[in-house]
Amino acid sequence: METPTPVLFLLGASHHTAPLAVREKLALDDTRAGALAAQLRQTAGIREFTLLNTCNRVELYGVAQSPDTLAALRATLCAITGCTPAELDSAVALRQNHDAIAHLFAVASGLDSQIVGETEILGQVKQAYDGALEQRWTGPVLNRVFQKTFQAAKHIRTHTGIGSGQISIATVAVDLAGRIFGELAGTKVLVVGAGEIGLKTVQAFQSRGATSITVASRTLAKAEEAAAVAGGWALSMADLPDAVAGADVIASSTSSPGFILTRDMVAAGIKRRPARPLFLIDLALPRDVDPAAAQLSNVFLYNLDDLAKIAEGNLAQREAEVAKCRAILAERTAALWPQVAHSLNHAPRG
Amino acid sequence: MSLLITDRSLLWLGALLYLAGFLTGIFGLARRQFPARFRTILNAFLVAGWGFQWLGLYQRGLAAHGCPLGNTFEIVQFVAWSAMLVYFFVGTAFRVSLLGLFTAGYAATLAFVSLLIPHWDLVRGQKLFGENPWIEVHAALAVFSYGVFGLLALTSLMQLLQNWSLKKKRLNGLFWFLPSVVQLEQINYRLIVLGVMLLTISLCVGASWWVRNTDSVHLPKLMVTIGVWLAYFAVLLLRWRGRLVSVRFAWVCLVMFCLALLSLGPINSNRHGYQPVTLSPR
Repeated sequence: METPTPVLFLLGASHHTAPLAVREKLALDDTRAGALAAQLRQTAGIREFTLLNTCNRVELYGVAQSPDTLAALRATLCAITGCTPAELDSAVALRQNHDAIAHLFAVASGLDSQIVGETEILGQVKQAYDGALEQRWTGPVLNRVFQKTFQAAKHIRTHTGIGSGQISIATVAVDLAGRIFGELAGTKVLVVGAGEIGLKTVQAFQSRGATSITVASRTLAKAEEAAAVAGGWALSMADLPDAVAGADVIASSTSSPGFILTRDMVAAGIKRRPARPLFLIDLALPRDVDPAAAQLSNVFLYNLDDLAKIAEGNLAQREAEVAKCRAILAERTAALWPQVAHSLNHAPRG
Repeated sequence: MSLLITDRSLLWLGALLYLAGFLTGIFGLARRQFPARFRTILNAFLVAGWGFQWLGLYQRGLAAHGCPLGNTFEIVQFVAWSAMLVYFFVGTAFRVSLLGLFTAGYAATLAFVSLLIPHWDLVRGQKLFGENPWIEVHAALAVFSYGVFGLLALTSLMQLLQNWSLKKKRLNGLFWFLPSVVQLEQINYRLIVLGVMLLTISLCVGASWWVRNTDSVHLPKLMVTIGVWLAYFAVLLLRWRGRLVSVRFAWVCLVMFCLALLSLGPINSNRHGYQPVTLSPR
């Protein structure tokens, strides 16, 4: 009788294969992930495995003694997640050998992510692998595949434009500020309005080193509350005309029906510091900043539409790089697969 | 062999290396990336080009027994050489992206134009400085300050481009790699301070000798020289007082440099005792 050939497999669901409702069912918290790992260790024929569990995907990478073992694996997944076999079959994709490697390369490089080119996924893959390594769930096959995955993802990031350009409103605004001020460490940021989008913008600026944050709101109490969250100073709207002269970046996101920052107010502010540019970010709808302020020298005004357009442009550029990335990864997969196939066939059988 | 290594062939080599640096930068930009290796290659070309240009000018200086500033050809070459030298300091200190590319294009243009206009190098003034080293220092500093003003014109152009891209919200391509507005403002301010300082020292040195023999300088040269100095000094004062900043300052610096280049004609007309250039074989 012929000995079955071991397989490298991926069994999993992501935003590409499963709707949100099914992904919610498949999502593994620590307890369920632990239970699944314990079951897998006891499943005969599973030689190695790693579990990648993020908000958008649950994927199990492993080495099975034979393709028949995978049926037992499906039953285990159904038992742990509570999905019916039909639900699981409709949501879960199974890839084997060469295809499994190609998929892992694409995932780690951000090509399979909801936001193409995002970098967070690489960290999550590394974390999943480190955890598996620590628990001794991996072996020679997965170790080699994951190490090569990290190399491929790094190569993609440095040799293509897949990660270039920011794609969220807040980070696009921060990027623009960098083009105006260079280093943002000494930049004075004034946030008008204590809403969520304003605070997100503050966080984005803080992540790039900005430390001088001031929050202005209709009521001082609300400004103080938001300033405490942001780690900055608070002021009331009455002080806004004076504050304009001292700020480098003003991000406004109030629900005011009229302009909060008029052309005259901005002109008066810039006159007191003519050599330093002023970056106005209008995140409000209806707009907070008089569009006429953009005509002033050394004043740069961007509204929500402008920022969204830049983000869309950056995303389109990233997507244009996908084909190039896939070609690079296909070459690397083709080079790696014979080595993995050799390991699969020569590794000690459990 | 030595017949091949003439001052002009060295200057041609310098110009070609500047052009190679410029093309490297353009190639990097066309790939929508300007990674460190392109900057390294570009800078290597510029350093080599500057070295050959220096050797060419040095050979001319040896033959002329003085600063190689005897005709328009030499002055233009010296302006390009000075601008490149200032770039090496500014570019390294500020790590200014794209300034190398702009400087390469500028220096290559000046070097090629001067090499391709034979008329500029047919004759050369003899004993220009009356064998007085101080007058030579005066001339060298004055032309060096033109190199600084040339680089200022380039950074001003970069500031205008950056300002235009941010105002018009066209942020891709070349604009992506331009330095920040604030960085360019700082560089411009330092360059105008340096340029005015050098020109002031040069004029002070020149004036101290001129008062001993007021006939030694023709009136057009005197007026144009003082005019250029006054104009740049006024711009510096206005910038210092915050009255001339940002885009207007950049425009003024750009226009001023074009006028300063034109002023080289009247300044050069003061020369006398022109003789055919016989420095080395063509």
